[in-house]
Amino acid sequence: MIAIIDYNAGNLTSVKRAMDYLGKDSVITDDYSRIINAERIVFPGVGAAGKAMADLKKRRLDQAIIEAFNTKKPILGICLGTQIIMETSEENDTKCLGIIKGKVIRFTRGSARFKVPHMGWNTIALKRNHPLFQGVDRDSEFYFVHSYCPAPEDPEKILGETDYITRFASVLAAGNLAAMQFHPEKSGAPGLKILANFCEWDGRDYVE
Amino acid sequence: MLSKRIIPCLDVRDGRLTKGIKFKGNVDIGDPVETAAQYYMEGADEIVFYDITASHERRDIMIETVRKVAEKIFIPFSVGGGIRTIEDMRQVLLAGAEKVSVNSSAIRNPGIISEGAEAFGRQCIVLGMDVKKVRVTDKIPSGYEMVIDGGRTYTGIDALEWARRGEALGAGEICLNSIDADGTKDGYELTLTGLISSNVNIPVIASGGAGTPEHLFDVLKDDKADAALIASMTHYGSYTIKEIKSYLNSRGIKVRMNW
Repeated sequence: MIAIIDYNAGNLTSVKRAMDYLGKDSVITDDYSRIINAERIVFPGVGAAGKAMADLKKRRLDQAIIEAFNTKKPILGICLGTQIIMETSEENDTKCLGIIKGKVIRFTRGSARFKVPHMGWNTIALKRNHPLFQGVDRDSEFYFVHSYCPAPEDPEKILGETDYITRFASVLAAGNLAAMQFHPEKSGAPGLKILANFCEWDGRDYVE
Repeated sequence: MLSKRIIPCLDVRDGRLTKGIKFKGNVDIGDPVETAAQYYMEGADEIVFYDITASHERRDIMIETVRKVAEKIFIPFSVGGGIRTIEDMRQVLLAGAEKVSVNSSAIRNPGIISEGAEAFGRQCIVLGMDVKKVRVTDKIPSGYEMVIDGGRTYTGIDALEWARRGEALGAGEICLNSIDADGTKDGYELTLTGLISSNVNIPVIASGGAGTPEHLFDVLKDDKADAALIASMTHYGSYTIKEIKSYLNSRGIKVRMNW
């Protein structure tokens, strides 16, 4: 069973629908024990970091995610979920989970060409192979919508980068955790392929 | 680099497309769910549904349509038309839409933009703008005025002023429709699009007037618009999305070519 973490952040149902489409059992839940007992975990979400962290804490879900990470369960972060795993966010000056060291920073407008939010389809330059991207064409595009982006301290944690205003970390990987700033559930066939790969993933960070 | 989005717009009334849509080599279909699925397969980057159901009591039909679409297509889609309250927004978003678009209702009650952004996030709220070119006056310094009721009612609100206000209130995107260009197939209103897009810091979707792929090139080049709405040019089989995108790609506009 895949647990989709429910913390009042929008967009949970679209991940569930994609899992249904792939024929994978999943449940949207805010139940601590259900989450730590799940086979794998999706941590999605759109919205603001401050409110998201407050909602997570209220339900002790911050502890559930950290425990799931420590017990090596495969975890997939999406969009806001990807930002929340960092240490701090400039959005609402929020202290986050700190699973990956570094902060979440706001895009600053560079010129008329660059609007915020970064909204639409963009490519990813993968720095190495990863099980989640097996069978995904390198020139595939993915759907982004965000005004903040993660900035990990350790470059080893950056799996993929995307160009918008600056070159930013669009995919993070740390052992059994993979996290992406784009929405795989809204990125057509390549996004569904990533979700399908996640459903089979054993949590190992490398491709043999 | 970010791709320019090509977005087909479907008009829906009582759960059916208002006109049949004919894909190349296909028969007419009037089902919004099947049509959306077809556009998804053909490489649309996003889909817009515009609900023109007259009666508010029949809104549940649209919600059911949104739910069915969300089971079949895995790209973003938005729903506009008849969204008057936060509860209307909630229903559409819960049914699976990414975004809701407010138009006349925002003119009548601008607070719905900020309330919607607060409740669901800015990225969910699209400000739909219907605009007509008018004489420049003190009240309408840009020479573009906001209109409602399909262009029949002038509001006395300057379009540029309204776009800036909409952004300040929390809109995450603007869908900018020129009533003058709409239905002409003579091309988008480029001056209007450039004016609005260069004066806000949120994405602008150009709407109204598309007849050929070159019209899309004109409105997307030099970053006038971030996305282009299309309707009849693909609805009746004159072009496929792929043909439009190949043309844009050949002229140096970055579009998503792999899906």
